[in-house]
Amino acid sequence: MNITLYVVTGMLLIVSFYKDKQKTKKALKKAWKAFENILPEFLVVILLVGLLLAVMNPDVISKIIGTESGWLGVILAAVIGSITLIPGFVAFPMAALLLQGGAGYMQIGAFISTLMMVGVVTIPVEIKYFGKKLTIYRNVLAFLFSFIVALIIGMVMA
Amino acid sequence: MKKILKRYRAFLVVLGAMLILTIFNMELGMKAISVIGFSLKEMILVIPPVFVLLGLLDIWVPRATMIKYMGEGSGLKGILLAIFIGSAAAGPLYGAFPIAAVFMKKGVKFSNVMIFIGAWSTTKIPMFLFEVTSLGMKFAVIRLLIDIPGIIIIAFILSAVMTKDEVKKIYDNAEHFDD
Repeated sequence: MNITLYVVTGMLLIVSFYKDKQKTKKALKKAWKAFENILPEFLVVILLVGLLLAVMNPDVISKIIGTESGWLGVILAAVIGSITLIPGFVAFPMAALLLQGGAGYMQIGAFISTLMMVGVVTIPVEIKYFGKKLTIYRNVLAFLFSFIVALIIGMVMA
Repeated sequence: MKKILKRYRAFLVVLGAMLILTIFNMELGMKAISVIGFSLKEMILVIPPVFVLLGLLDIWVPRATMIKYMGEGSGLKGILLAIFIGSAAAGPLYGAFPIAAVFMKKGVKFSNVMIFIGAWSTTKIPMFLFEVTSLGMKFAVIRLLIDIPGIIIIAFILSAVMTKDEVKKIYDNAEHFDD
């Protein structure tokens, strides 16, 4: 996945450089500025993610959203998913483990959905781009939407 | 120097808190540090090409082209493009925000920017394949089928609750992100 991204970017960069050196230089300058602008927020997010993942491991999570946890379990799963930020290639196998460990489909549906759509720790970055109001609205709506996802997944998978 | 210190203040505070935690709870601190190492690696791998692509997009693609395909009046075409670009992406959600900023600079319609963010967050194609292998075809497909209308509806609600002035402010802010 990363390799494709690098190959495509590298090729475009070469084409761009071949066509117009000055413009390419300007593009790279813009890239750096845009990155440097958001770097402090990125670093905070990365530290917070480290702390959270150290505390919230699969053991802790499966205890909270285990069997028979019902709607309370769904709410807790949604809250945990909102706070944590786990890359998908870690989250999906983890969700499979949680299912095996006794978590219900409804809870897992809520967990996966908020995990991907709601980002409490990334809020400082989001606010910098979109402002407070939009960031809060987007996260709250995505949080509520996750309950619809949980409900439907719970119904279909049961 | 003072300016730099001010910008990185929050980072330094969290870093300090973390070092203190590591002194009191070595095990937890070490675990956190290893996760941070992992995230930093991810950031270093994914972020440079994303930002270089952004720079190139900004310089080479004319505003008129972006408006034609994804701006006001782009209709269904704009929505589908927003979903497709968001879904084809790789990387964590915070990687989507700088791209959204360039989209806004280029005159992409607000609801399409929101659809793009939604698609990036939850309907990524590489992640879908991963979801199928971990949780099964049925789970992944159902989630995808709920998510696509879901992100479009959320995008339209967001467009409805934001006033014209508020949206304009966000667009103006995007103009200055690479100053």
